[in-house]
Amino acid sequence: MNHEKIKKGIIQLIKKSQTELPKDVIYALKKAYKSETGIAKKQLNSILKNIELSKKTKHPMCQDTGIQTFFVNVGVNSPYISEIRDLIVTSVRIATDEIPLRPNTVDPISGINNMDNTGDYIPIINWNLIDGDDIEITALPKGGGSENMSKLSMFKPEVGIEGIKDYIVEEMIKAGGNPCPPTIVGVGIGGGADLSLKLGKKSLLRPVGNRNSNKEIAKIEEELIDRINKSGIGPMGLGGKTTVLDVHIEKAHRHPASLAVGISVQCWADRRAKMIIHADGSWEVK
Amino acid sequence: MGGEIISEYHLTLPIESNIIKKLRIKDVLYISGNLFTARDEAHKLMLKIDKIPFEISSMALYHCGPLMKKNGDNWKVISAGPTTSSRMELYEEDFIKKSGINLIIGKGGMFSDIQKSLQKYICVYASYTGGVGALAAEKIEKVIDVFWLEKLGMPEATWILKVKEFGPLIVSMDSEGNSLYNNHNKNE
Repeated sequence: MNHEKIKKGIIQLIKKSQTELPKDVIYALKKAYKSETGIAKKQLNSILKNIELSKKTKHPMCQDTGIQTFFVNVGVNSPYISEIRDLIVTSVRIATDEIPLRPNTVDPISGINNMDNTGDYIPIINWNLIDGDDIEITALPKGGGSENMSKLSMFKPEVGIEGIKDYIVEEMIKAGGNPCPPTIVGVGIGGGADLSLKLGKKSLLRPVGNRNSNKEIAKIEEELIDRINKSGIGPMGLGGKTTVLDVHIEKAHRHPASLAVGISVQCWADRRAKMIIHADGSWEVK
Repeated sequence: MGGEIISEYHLTLPIESNIIKKLRIKDVLYISGNLFTARDEAHKLMLKIDKIPFEISSMALYHCGPLMKKNGDNWKVISAGPTTSSRMELYEEDFIKKSGINLIIGKGGMFSDIQKSLQKYICVYASYTGGVGALAAEKIEKVIDVFWLEKLGMPEATWILKVKEFGPLIVSMDSEGNSLYNNHNKNE
């Protein structure tokens, strides 16, 4: 049956996201390893060894397997449009036991852990409609250490872009070693409180090393990478040249009275994996 | 910028106080012996009870919420890197005093007055690379015991883990008041 087949695919997607990093992230980490010395190099050496080991043993690279987060592009003609949500949620439950994942969903009022990585509004699924009959799912599991360093500021518009840049640099210095640097910083500018944070997180889907297609924004990204790396915080906050692997910025138009800036931080374990489900129930995990 | 490593130590737990006194920031450690894991909840619980039910002073404290799997009657470590230590700052001074531990392993460092406590009780804080869960699991030879699993759940429970050559750990807060985490921001 197609539903069983698709569930297997989604479990495979989750497993891949937990045990293999995208090539762009590994490339950036190896580049950082070459440029560092001493303690910083030692941190990156452990990170690179861990990545290899995780791929080989199929054990999650980090014990914090995160909150399961998905970005789903649903083809409006997909025959699975009405079931895909349930298929994702059920697959998360099975994957928790099978891979395994750490049980990470706690009721904020009672403190009770659901033990299966599902709960109210969780897994987080971001929906988007597209043409055609394919469904594309990107898994972006997000750990607590980096998520706790998220920031939102509702600036007065006169603060301007220079003020925004200073804010991002300052916040990343304050975060120090907590979000497991070298990190990837996702920034959403404009839109409003919720949209700026959402854009910040969404920008983490962009491969490490890719600049925003808007030249002006690309320049700001480069400046921020340089400034944050000059802080000397370094891998794991123990000192070094590499505090961020990348800074990604996305923008939305703002209300004349508001200038929202949302920051979403991803640890070096920038876990991302993608799958496509075709109309006939066949799938690929990339 | 990146600090150079000073000395490398391969130590067996429990570590004598005169060795702890010698350790300085930027030293690298590889540890063998027993660790116990504790996050916020386990700290709170152990501070409340009269007697901690294991030989705590002979072990090192590991800030870690591991991912474990049960095979039959035996627990296996799947992934067990360090967790953010700053969450435990609130409890750590009282905890060091009560438990008599002299080595804490975590990530990200601790601020507030912990540095003074480390000096007072001759204790060091060593950081392990965050996120290296699979690598850490390889260095764990055996799960010796678990406490408060039902009550606290898998990540928050206290796991007693036998480790061999666990590391590389970087001494980042020593018993003389030095901290690697104070050296930031020099260029900003």
